[in-house]
Amino acid sequence: MTTDFRFRGAGFGRKLTITAIEAILVIYCLLIFYPLANMVFSSFKSSRDILRAPFALPTSLDFSNYVTVWVKRGFGRYFFNSVWITGVSMVFVLIFGSMAAYGVSRYKYRLSTLVYMLFLSGIMLPLKAAIIPLFILMKKMDLVDNPLSVILIFIAMGLPSTVFILSGFMKAVPIDLEYAARIDGCSDWAIYRKIVMPVVAPAITLVTIYNAVPIWNDFFFPLVFLQSSKWKTLPVGLTSFFGQYSTDWSLLFTGLSIAVIPVLILYLFMAKYFIRGMTAGAVK
Amino acid sequence: MTRKDARKDLWIALFVLPGLTIVAVVILLPLFMSLFNSLFSWNQLIRKDFIGFANFKRVFFTEPYKTRFFNALGNNAKWFLFTMLIQNTLGLLFGYLLSRKVAGHEFFKRVIFIPVLFSIVAVGFLWGLYLRPNGLLNSFLKLLGRPDLMKAWLGDESIATLSIIVVNIWRWVGFPSLVFLAAIDNVPTDCLEAAYLDGAKESTVFRKIVLPLIVPSITVITVLTIIGSLNVFEQIYTMAGLDGSPNFSTDTIGTLFYRTAFGSVDSGSPEIGIGSAIGVVIYGLTFFASIFSISALGKKEIEL
Repeated sequence: MTTDFRFRGAGFGRKLTITAIEAILVIYCLLIFYPLANMVFSSFKSSRDILRAPFALPTSLDFSNYVTVWVKRGFGRYFFNSVWITGVSMVFVLIFGSMAAYGVSRYKYRLSTLVYMLFLSGIMLPLKAAIIPLFILMKKMDLVDNPLSVILIFIAMGLPSTVFILSGFMKAVPIDLEYAARIDGCSDWAIYRKIVMPVVAPAITLVTIYNAVPIWNDFFFPLVFLQSSKWKTLPVGLTSFFGQYSTDWSLLFTGLSIAVIPVLILYLFMAKYFIRGMTAGAVK
Repeated sequence: MTRKDARKDLWIALFVLPGLTIVAVVILLPLFMSLFNSLFSWNQLIRKDFIGFANFKRVFFTEPYKTRFFNALGNNAKWFLFTMLIQNTLGLLFGYLLSRKVAGHEFFKRVIFIPVLFSIVAVGFLWGLYLRPNGLLNSFLKLLGRPDLMKAWLGDESIATLSIIVVNIWRWVGFPSLVFLAAIDNVPTDCLEAAYLDGAKESTVFRKIVLPLIVPSITVITVLTIIGSLNVFEQIYTMAGLDGSPNFSTDTIGTLFYRTAFGSVDSGSPEIGIGSAIGVVIYGLTFFASIFSISALGKKEIEL
């Protein structure tokens, strides 16, 4: 295409422009990579070495910091808590969200717009601002310091965008498929489960990533509701860890590496899906 | 109503109600409860008398809330301004550069997006370490032979907020970049090619063709920036602490709201009434600022 910036065959001025662009992008990539690399390097160094020679590479690959942080400082538990709390929340976000999307997109009835708007209102409302009534509510239901409180909130957080994105996809499923299934004697549930859901499967990946990443990373609600270390998630565990060992640089960098590296590895294999999923709400 | 209609209604209810119940109880009910609670006086978690807008009056006109509130609001405004100016401009630049398919653009695209995946907490703590007086950034400046530029990045009132904003930009700039990239990729290529064949300059093509056609994505990013700026919390919590140190210079509505709700600004016990009033203000600001920018930018939208 004539609009692309190709180096080969370009005039001198254009070559200069392209070199400048490449330089900007390479520098920015270094700005992303170096802080992360330094974090991992530092996790293999002693606190003294980190302060004395911050740019030096580690002299040995000693994993004892990782063992300490993972086993003795409870990061194994925090990690496990984050995994299952995110997992359970996402299962319900996907089930209830896809059901609701089906309910508002595949039937014609008077209240359908209202129901849809009720779900959508959740997208714009900052849920953090409602922490006081939420806290009183959870206290009344005796759910404070019970993971169920956070799971309920995460499900509610995920539903609006799930209904928004999935109902868009479900509207596009041809009605003829549904008629054919009905003639074959399928119930409404079977049509949802066997016809519509398989067709919108790619969109399910999209909403899974769109919601799982913010839920995995969420800090505010676990901070408020999960106080005992038995239930702490990774971000909250990281916080109390930083409060306790604020001068043990070596352990702090290890804790950060444990929080960051698994996400990085997952991204390495699924970058395309992460990018499409996370920008799904903003890109049409 | 026929039997068939009744069955249809039953199916609709079955599909919609589980999700709707959760959204109603966890999102909508607390919104109304915030409004309701803000009109009462409170003793700890017990609701006392109806006092009208007295809680709002205290937030806006009475010390110590007045100073704290407007100080925090000013910082949220700074967040919005600097994020729009630096992050979203940079995002537009990156998006545009990547759309021109320079060598390695797929790789750059993926790398720029990496920090977007990380939790604000991890990013905040990591950069909190790097920005300490004896941290990596100051060591780097010393290495460059410019120790005169060394600063207490998070300890100096005049730059602490900006430091935290820049860290947040480091984390998030990949998001607007790729949203703008997707929007620019959607601009029909024949428009661009025709302009080039007519000998239009790069800057003219960008201003006259690309920019007007990506207004919808500018609207989306602006609204997300408004919502994000009004909800800044984790960034301050991890890099400056709940009090917005030093000396409240990094305090935001989010941290002020948290301190009020869970251990008060002046007494040490929760202030449910004042806290609810601040919560309602956050709702209101988010709502009206979003509506305003949607309608303002909506006028600039054009159709091909």
